[in-house]
Amino acid sequence: MSDIKASTAGTVNGADASSRYFVREHHPEQGTLLGFWIYLMSDCLIFACLFATYAVLGRNYAGGPSGAEIFELGTVALNTAFLLFSSITYGMAMLAAQKKNLKGTQVWLAITGVLGACFLFLELQEFAHLIHEGFGPWRSGFLTAFFALVGTHGLHVTFGIVWLVTLMVQIGKHGMNAANYRRLTCLSMFWHFLDVVWIGVFTYVYLIGVLP
Amino acid sequence: MSDHAHGHGHDGHHVDHDEHLHAHGSMKDYTIGFILSVILTAIPFWLVMTHQLAPGTTKYVILAFAAVQVVVHMIYFLHMNSSSEGGWNMMALLLTIVLLVIVMTGSIWVMLHMNANMMPHLSNDGSAVHGMHDMQ
Repeated sequence: MSDIKASTAGTVNGADASSRYFVREHHPEQGTLLGFWIYLMSDCLIFACLFATYAVLGRNYAGGPSGAEIFELGTVALNTAFLLFSSITYGMAMLAAQKKNLKGTQVWLAITGVLGACFLFLELQEFAHLIHEGFGPWRSGFLTAFFALVGTHGLHVTFGIVWLVTLMVQIGKHGMNAANYRRLTCLSMFWHFLDVVWIGVFTYVYLIGVLP
Repeated sequence: MSDHAHGHGHDGHHVDHDEHLHAHGSMKDYTIGFILSVILTAIPFWLVMTHQLAPGTTKYVILAFAAVQVVVHMIYFLHMNSSSEGGWNMMALLLTIVLLVIVMTGSIWVMLHMNANMMPHLSNDGSAVHGMHDMQ
């Protein structure tokens, strides 16, 4: 095994210098994606702190309502479905973008945006309902941690939608050039990342929250 | 002028062609990922909403489903593998997982034990607490 590796490395080193320069020229393009990935990882740590806060405070009801009393799993399931479908529709947008299918990309992006907006609408409705009942973030440690975690995720989705609309305008104006494709790839990572965070939210906050 | 515009357009196309829009995922990847995600999402909701298992067991089972689904999303939607971006993607992810585990388990562990450690000094009638303390 190591012999094979060594001989492969030897061939690469033995190749003419221009091939190495060719690789170096592509480096900035990959640098953006790597940089964006590192941003996502730092974002992941923000969510880790919020999850840890929820893990510590999540059962401190201070005489207020518990998760079992205020969570409606039907709504949460619908929200989860919206996000999951938006993930696959964004995937379709990326596939269309790879084929330089402008119309297809725009349509799939629009569907993704609408699904994201549906998610946000249901979430804001839930928040408004809770606050109306007097169960705002000030009521108990549990609700503080809940609003902080779910609210931060919702804020990310909001900015994701703003970014998505911006990109639709950009693509409409400049077509599918390399820069726009790179931006689409970054948003793809952002959007799928939000879905990954939502897996943690619906499992840890909502599903475990309604368990006794 | 029109010549210039044409030249520009052609140039842009040429760049795109060279770039061949570095493929991220395929229809097959997205379909497999989506189907697995639907299954891995539906089962936890079904377990909790229809009370199939004891609450204590359900908690760990759905956490396991969540962990598997995160991996599915990473592979099929975020296209993670050990070679993307020269392996640095994976390195950043591993570092994040290490930090995440430290933050999560550290917080939970410290805070749960802080309650237990503070009680004997704070409570006025510490009989039950003393009993617990003695057992340790």
